[in-house]
Amino acid sequence: MCPELPAHLADDLDAGFECLVRDHADLVYGLARRMIRDHHVAEEVAQDAFVRAYRALGGYPEDRIRALRPKAWLARIVLNLSRNHLRDRPAAGVPIDDVTETQIRGDGPADPADLVVRREGVVRMAALLESLPPRYRRAIELRHVQGFSYSELAAAMDRPVNSVKSDVHRGLALLRASLQAPEALPPARSAAETLEPRPPTRLQAEGAALA
Amino acid sequence: MTTNQIPFLAQARTLHGQLRASRETAPAAFVRAVLQQVASPDSYAPIETSRGRFFVAFNERGVSAIDEAADETEFEDWFRGRLGRRARRVDALPRRLEHPLRRRLEGDRRARVRVDLSGITPFERDVLEKTAHIPHGEVRPYAWVAREIGRPRAVRAVGTALAHNPIPLVIPCHRVVRSDGTIGQYGLGGPERKRQFLTEEGVPLPELQSLAAAGIRYLGSDTTSIFCLPTCHDARRTTARHLVTFRSAEESFAAGYRPCMHCRPVAAQVAA
Repeated sequence: MCPELPAHLADDLDAGFECLVRDHADLVYGLARRMIRDHHVAEEVAQDAFVRAYRALGGYPEDRIRALRPKAWLARIVLNLSRNHLRDRPAAGVPIDDVTETQIRGDGPADPADLVVRREGVVRMAALLESLPPRYRRAIELRHVQGFSYSELAAAMDRPVNSVKSDVHRGLALLRASLQAPEALPPARSAAETLEPRPPTRLQAEGAALA
Repeated sequence: MTTNQIPFLAQARTLHGQLRASRETAPAAFVRAVLQQVASPDSYAPIETSRGRFFVAFNERGVSAIDEAADETEFEDWFRGRLGRRARRVDALPRRLEHPLRRRLEGDRRARVRVDLSGITPFERDVLEKTAHIPHGEVRPYAWVAREIGRPRAVRAVGTALAHNPIPLVIPCHRVVRSDGTIGQYGLGGPERKRQFLTEEGVPLPELQSLAAAGIRYLGSDTTSIFCLPTCHDARRTTARHLVTFRSAEESFAAGYRPCMHCRPVAAQVAA
């Protein structure tokens, strides 16, 4: 971990940027992966997010870099790029269990049996999250998978804190409902749902929660 | 705490744990790939023009390379060999770049195209920047470029630098010719191509050659007592009645003429 990353970036962009990439590679990749099915495409989008971040930093005045909140800023870039990508090319149907061992978080070599159990958990959770509308999926991913604070979450999604809190809350309610009735999992998202021209109304959201 | 809340809490903890565990890690080569791309931020795409198909590399500063490679691999190899970094294929050129660039490649003198000359030596940059200022429809000798950049003896090196011009047509290396009136070599398709581009720009090549054959280096006007390089626009608007020819700068000075300030036919200190 690099302490004082914004100051590091302001003092030496290239060295600081390497730190930024190392510290946030999992975050940026993980977010792209959650929004885009095809992991090759997700990787490209995640790389593109960093390249854009680097170019943007090159044009920022120093005080803006020093005031940067890297996690929220990067999350916003990669989420916007993922959304643009899905808008231009609706997601290709890659099976959800296309999760490799290397992509499962673990510390050190693990017991193979343990790995299988963990892998199953990851696959199941990925499928559950994918069943959520993108708005809730983003909120849950940032808050409960990546561990963002609500203030970081609000900055990343460019919405008020209370709105993102309620997104997280409703997303969790939907997840719990799915867990209790796995057979009632909503069908895989269609291109139209992915686009999400406007957020669902409260009634729609509650209707979905009850379904 | 009521009893029916306890299973709920246990489930929440599990769900939370499962969510944390579903966090994915980036592939092993991810960080390196990102850093590589940042170190070489050029992209490239083909462009179709009336003069043929070109591959064009660009970055946020402008166009960095143009070549008529047969395919992507050839262009990528050439680009890497020439500029020492990688270019990444993209679907198309950005529109704000594509429009002026196509006009420029098709010979429109008014189209402004931004360029990036990083990755070449300072000498090469001096040569190309000087060459970029040679006006449409005019030519300059290799020795002129060498003198203008303060390296009067590096005439051959100027030739080499122009032969390796990474941005032909946008940086008009075809407007640099030999002092003896022949047009010299050309990297983008050989001397015939160079002749074609110059003719399309309105350079009177046969006339230049007959002047050179007669030993005439400069043209002057007896109304202004100024002498020029033969293709300078000031020389070309002089009417035949007032046109004077010179075989050398000394001859011009002896006749009381001064060098043109636009085409600078001789070095400043000689003129003084």
